Amino acid sequence: MSASVSGRASGLLSRARPPLRAVRRELRSGEAAVGWIGLTAIVLLVIVGPAFAPAAPSDIVALPYATPGAGHLLGTDFIGRDVLSRVLNGGRSVVLLALAATVLAYLLGGTIGLVAGFVRGRTDGVLMRAVDVFLAFPHMLFILLLATGVGASWWVVVVGIGIIQSPQISRVFRAATLQLTGRGFVEAAVARGEATARILRREILPNIVTTFVADAGPRFTFSILTVAALNFLGVGLRPPAPDWAVMISENRPGLQVNVWGVIAPALLIAILAVSINLVGDAYARRRGISTDVDPAQP
Amino acid sequence: MTELVLRADGLRIETERGAPIVESASFGLDRGEVLGIVGESGSGKTTTALALLGFAADGVRIAGGTVTVAGRELTGRPEAEIRPLRGSVISYVPQDPSVALNPSMRVGTLIGEILRTHAPDRNDAETVRAALRNLQLPADDAFLRRFPHQLSGGQQQRLAIAMALAAAPAVAVLDEPTTGLDVVTQARVLEEVKRLREASGISVVYVSHDLAVVAGIADRIAVMYAGSIVEIGSTSEILHRPRHPYTHGLISSIPDHAVPRRLRGIPGVAVGVGERPTGCRFAPRCPRRVEACETAIPALLQVAPGHDVRCIRAGDAPPVALEAAVRMREAAPPILSVRDLRAGYRSRAGEVVAADGVSFDVRRGECVALVGESGSGKTTIARVLVGLHKPDGGRIELDGRPLAATARARSREERRRLQVVFQNPYDSLNPRQTVETAIAGPLRFFGISHGRPARVEVAELLAKVRLPERLMHRYPAELSGGERQRVAIARALAAGPSLLVCDEITSALDVSVQAAVLEVLSDLRKELGLALIFISHDLGVVASISDRLLVLDRGRLCESGPVDDVLRSPEDPYTRRLLDSAPTLPVLAAHVDS
Amino acid sequence: MPAVAAEDSATVGGRPGAVRRAVRAHPLAVYVVRRIVTGAGLAVVVSFLVFGATQILPGNAASSILGDKATPQAVALVTKELGLDRPIAVQYKDWIVSFAHGDLGNSFGSGFSVSKLIGIRAQNTITLALLALVLIIPVSIVIGVITGLRAGGALDHVFSVYSLVNIAIPEFVIGTLLIAVLAVRFHVFPAVSILPPDDPAISHPDLLVLPVLTLFIGAIAYNNRLVRAGVTEAMRSEYVKMARLNGLSESRVVWRHALPNALAPAVQIFASTVQWLLGGTIAVEVVFGFPGLGQGLVEAVNTRDIPVVQAIAMYIALVYIGINIVADLITVLLIPKLRTAQ
Repeated sequence: MSASVSGRASGLLSRARPPLRAVRRELRSGEAAVGWIGLTAIVLLVIVGPAFAPAAPSDIVALPYATPGAGHLLGTDFIGRDVLSRVLNGGRSVVLLALAATVLAYLLGGTIGLVAGFVRGRTDGVLMRAVDVFLAFPHMLFILLLATGVGASWWVVVVGIGIIQSPQISRVFRAATLQLTGRGFVEAAVARGEATARILRREILPNIVTTFVADAGPRFTFSILTVAALNFLGVGLRPPAPDWAVMISENRPGLQVNVWGVIAPALLIAILAVSINLVGDAYARRRGISTDVDPAQP
Repeated sequence: MTELVLRADGLRIETERGAPIVESASFGLDRGEVLGIVGESGSGKTTTALALLGFAADGVRIAGGTVTVAGRELTGRPEAEIRPLRGSVISYVPQDPSVALNPSMRVGTLIGEILRTHAPDRNDAETVRAALRNLQLPADDAFLRRFPHQLSGGQQQRLAIAMALAAAPAVAVLDEPTTGLDVVTQARVLEEVKRLREASGISVVYVSHDLAVVAGIADRIAVMYAGSIVEIGSTSEILHRPRHPYTHGLISSIPDHAVPRRLRGIPGVAVGVGERPTGCRFAPRCPRRVEACETAIPALLQVAPGHDVRCIRAGDAPPVALEAAVRMREAAPPILSVRDLRAGYRSRAGEVVAADGVSFDVRRGECVALVGESGSGKTTIARVLVGLHKPDGGRIELDGRPLAATARARSREERRRLQVVFQNPYDSLNPRQTVETAIAGPLRFFGISHGRPARVEVAELLAKVRLPERLMHRYPAELSGGERQRVAIARALAAGPSLLVCDEITSALDVSVQAAVLEVLSDLRKELGLALIFISHDLGVVASISDRLLVLDRGRLCESGPVDDVLRSPEDPYTRRLLDSAPTLPVLAAHVDS
Repeated sequence: MPAVAAEDSATVGGRPGAVRRAVRAHPLAVYVVRRIVTGAGLAVVVSFLVFGATQILPGNAASSILGDKATPQAVALVTKELGLDRPIAVQYKDWIVSFAHGDLGNSFGSGFSVSKLIGIRAQNTITLALLALVLIIPVSIVIGVITGLRAGGALDHVFSVYSLVNIAIPEFVIGTLLIAVLAVRFHVFPAVSILPPDDPAISHPDLLVLPVLTLFIGAIAYNNRLVRAGVTEAMRSEYVKMARLNGLSESRVVWRHALPNALAPAVQIFASTVQWLLGGTIAVEVVFGFPGLGQGLVEAVNTRDIPVVQAIAMYIALVYIGINIVADLITVLLIPKLRTAQ
């Protein structure tokens, strides 16, 4: 972008409403820029990658653990499939599963937190007790238990991760809602006799957006890393799915011969997670929200 | 001539990026003297106070000038040389002791530490106890073992003062030491300070935003505005014949229950660091400005012995002229009647009684003030009136018809006619809504339109609270505290109420801003015939705008009557105690033409 | 402004005066008792969860044990044999009672007693976790304090970049990379940590190095951040500013004023590290083939060996809850405000 265009764009944006001004600010922070670049790259790869794969992910193209060469730029995996093609196809599962889990977690946790924080009283007590039970449970353990009960599959992963994240989210939303309900402008609305739904919509939700966006980054990262771990352990997706974490598990024995079978997917997972963290951190810092996690919540 | 015990010369303090906070502060302190430094937000008074100890907070640096205390220099020298002087030659009493005292150190350790550092030969149990007794604090072992959070607010502040005096410094700097304390405790702490000054001959720099408090204790006063001292002189000179327009405006805006009068605010907004205009910093708000004021900063010049002013028109300063407060005379029918109200709430300490059989009436167009200290129950009563809190018993009637306990159960008409404005300006508006949206909200909700688009209505309401129309598109974060409160008032007015409940709406604002908001409120009352329930802990504010006064003592209505009667001849001992503790400026009586 | 929201009151209403006085006189004892009781209640609820989660589809357990031999009649037979057709409440009661007596049942897969199977695994995992903890705690305190005191300095910048990357890499990747570099490429340590079946882990230290290192690297960045946050907050506090204004030496300000307050939340941080370790060892053990509880659990999950899963899950959950209680108690003892609050 030429200087004048970006200058004019930034000038336009500066006269725009706060949300658009935020975009301009994002472009200024170095870390956020790197984060956005990484994130965009991975997202692009996930969306259009499969179209560029030289071979189908299940095709055998050469001998197992072949080193990089023509037709298999990153070598082959433990059966002989093209690593590059599998890598290009393998991001979808991680990203989509993590996305689904995070959305579920927010729907569940967000609703519980909002209701508990606004209605207060006994409802709040009951809801938070239930939440406390889940907080006292080791995360991995819960999902493993679920998998024992219903068998390993992708939706166990989604539902499991969704459930284990909702307690913390509900706490965050509850705290934010509690803080808001005491604020003068919310009380003025209550005094006017506005309906609860209207107050939640007009007064409370817009002010929770900030908390939510700042919180979303670490949550999504957690989902991604947990999805990867579960797929690696064989509790979620299993071979022959071209999932990045499954690839890491499958190709470990051949690490000495062709590192790419393990390194390529590992690198992509790492870039995705780091990018989200950079973007999330920069946002939280700008909004003056501490990026340091509450020591009481693991 | 006595040798000055403290001397500040041309102090210049900047942020790390070079924006000036304090531009040029010069003053001296005689032995045994009390100098008051008065200023509002953005004046730089706290920064100046810290600089007297050679201290600059994070992101700030002392860029120029000198500070000398008892012959020792505190500026321009390495930290290691200045440090031994802090606490021993000059010491500091912080504004908020509840956060300034280390929560994990006991009382005895806190004082002992000061002695260990600055007076090791006197560091023994007896000296520690003496330091406590000096401030009328208990000196037994149990008290020495307490942690700060186990002390009351007043005790914490006295402990902070005891620590400041433990090493017998030559100068003590007190930075708003009574903010956050209730009026009675504040009076007690001030008495302590006065007594200590007599007893030990220590010199004091007393920094505050409250001119009335400072006038009660200081020998000389320096008034600061936007980073410079604009006037300095003896207390009586400043109060009788202020020469600087800002000081003038400040005195006109100070509420005083002994001299009930109309308060006049200073138009405009206090300037923040980095927004200062060229030329005289006060010029944009000054009623006496001329063209020359905007070109150059005036120098601090003497107008009388010991009295310096930074204004080119100091010579023709008019006397302070104040108007007596106006009271409502005609009797009108009651619009709200409260009978035997009982309400309470549960806090961590148990059940708190907020209202214990409270009864009163509010007549049309009348302003009734509800006064009491914090914890007296006034806020709860306000919330009960607007339907935010369920009472335990009693009746409330609006125009003769009983009101339901919760807002939701009331009729739309009832809710519309009774509106509320709360204390905290940072709370009263939704940060994600523009001013226009905020004010238009009630218009839309109550279905009010006089055949005109909402925007026109909003503009008119803004004009009523003396705010420019262009503020419509701003977000609350871009407004000052006073502007926000006025928007909150406009929003309440949008519903077209007959009765407005104001819960400490000006307590969080600077004195001059408070006066401006109160001015707006008085004018609105007259114009709209609005009845007002005004809740406050400040008797001076109440004296200036209300017609009748109700005094609340821990939920019990202990006195009520026409405001002038109650203030002049209180019957209840609690009322008397409140009146005695509230600082007054008797000199103001001389300025009022009745 | 006084808080007027009706809070959940801690005061006792309607109890005889003597009890009320006793309660108020010993707030600490009351808190301890309350906490332990809550913990016990939690343990019971958790046992419901552990039991319930594994029984969602009882039929599946039988069919997965039988594998390809799973004809409907065989499934029905095995189900009856294992007692999986009884009412759930009865099964739960039997299970929880035997559990309390230390009888953890027999493995579906091997038929051996579960307690024997997991006994040595528990020992190994504890060894792993303790070794990791012994490394993590001191190092993260030291680095956290240094980067906190010298916020914005060289070490701080380096470490913050390092943390950013580190936190984003899952433990199993770290383990795999370590194997790739230190075992495969440079043959410094063994690539797998498969111990002889009955030997305790501690007798083969060389097999412990890489797993412990993996756990260490996994935890250090996160803990450092938390410690650092506590330190910077303390250094920016009003009481530290006051100490400086009182002319106290910088070292006294740091050591006597800032750090004690900064490190009080450290207990919670380390409790959460231990809890993280309980989950983190699962992936690490699998990566290294380390015969601990984590690997055992994953195997049992994959083979639907329910008694083993239930036993290991209860064990880990109970340790988890216990750590929470201990951490809360220590925190209350350390922070004067909490200790003496009414």
